[in-house]
Amino acid sequence: MSVPFLYALVGIGLFCLGFYALIVHNHLLRKILAINVMGSGVFLVLVALARRGGETPPDPVPHAMVITGIVVAVSATALALGLMLKVKAATGRAALPDQSRD
Amino acid sequence: MKWRHWLLLPLMLALAAGLGYTVLSLPDQAHGLQGAVADQLGKSGVSNPVTAVLLNFRGYDTLLEMVVLTLALLGVWSLGAQPAVHAESIPGPVLDMLTRLLVPILIMVAAYLLWAGAHAPGGAFQAGAVLGAAGVLLLLTGWRLPPRGAGYPLRVALVVGVVAFLAVAALPLPGGRHLLEYNPTYAGVLILIIEAFATVSIGVTLAVLFFGADPADKEPR
Repeated sequence: MSVPFLYALVGIGLFCLGFYALIVHNHLLRKILAINVMGSGVFLVLVALARRGGETPPDPVPHAMVITGIVVAVSATALALGLMLKVKAATGRAALPDQSRD
Repeated sequence: MKWRHWLLLPLMLALAAGLGYTVLSLPDQAHGLQGAVADQLGKSGVSNPVTAVLLNFRGYDTLLEMVVLTLALLGVWSLGAQPAVHAESIPGPVLDMLTRLLVPILIMVAAYLLWAGAHAPGGAFQAGAVLGAAGVLLLLTGWRLPPRGAGYPLRVALVVGVVAFLAVAALPLPGGRHLLEYNPTYAGVLILIIEAFATVSIGVTLAVLFFGADPADKEPR
């Protein structure tokens, strides 16, 4: 197993950790953070797998996609945070209702 | 930790194992598109392959991505004024002084990154992010856009990147070429023009996204 695959596996680990946190937590800020962690995992997989050519320079196309992806993720996070503040203003708390009673 | 969360754990492990297996079953040596990019790099006008992909080979992608950034800002503005999260306070002398020192440096770093993007890692998005950070720093120390700058001047700065990109993209059309098909002789200059305006728009958009509402919005709804 070469180094790019190690980084790609770390990216998958980040994605799964973020996915778990997205399901488990009720608070909207934690959900937004979880989605960002998931996105970072995807970016890490893309960047790492572009470097599989050995000594040749990495494939620039996934790198360019990650650059645009990061900017879109930042702007989407800003929109999500704005929506979260509005939910807080409307309902008094920035969390989804907890339906389970256990 | 509730019992449902323990139930979730094996499912997540199965997902991680499946994704890990998929990644590990990919070929160890893959050359992707770097050969195709390297063959055409001479015609792109820049020598950094990532910038060539971003602004020449896949320019359509980047153009629409600038539009997504503007759309996100419109979404935030359509929510109206945000409730005040914390009381405004006067920054301490250290933060105040540091901001005065850092903001000019950040602007210079942004300009360098923009210029370096043609031949080294850098470019409009990195420079825009640094510019946005300078704006966030200014907003955190209590600086606010003066009212005469909050209306049309701000809106022009927000859309100038998309407008310049569209104008340059449409430039080859009268000559019988396709949209975004630059003449290799001028491609370097055209990419620098796009990147310069895009940097301003990205930086201002990120800072205004941080502010959270239209600065021209006087009365909170």
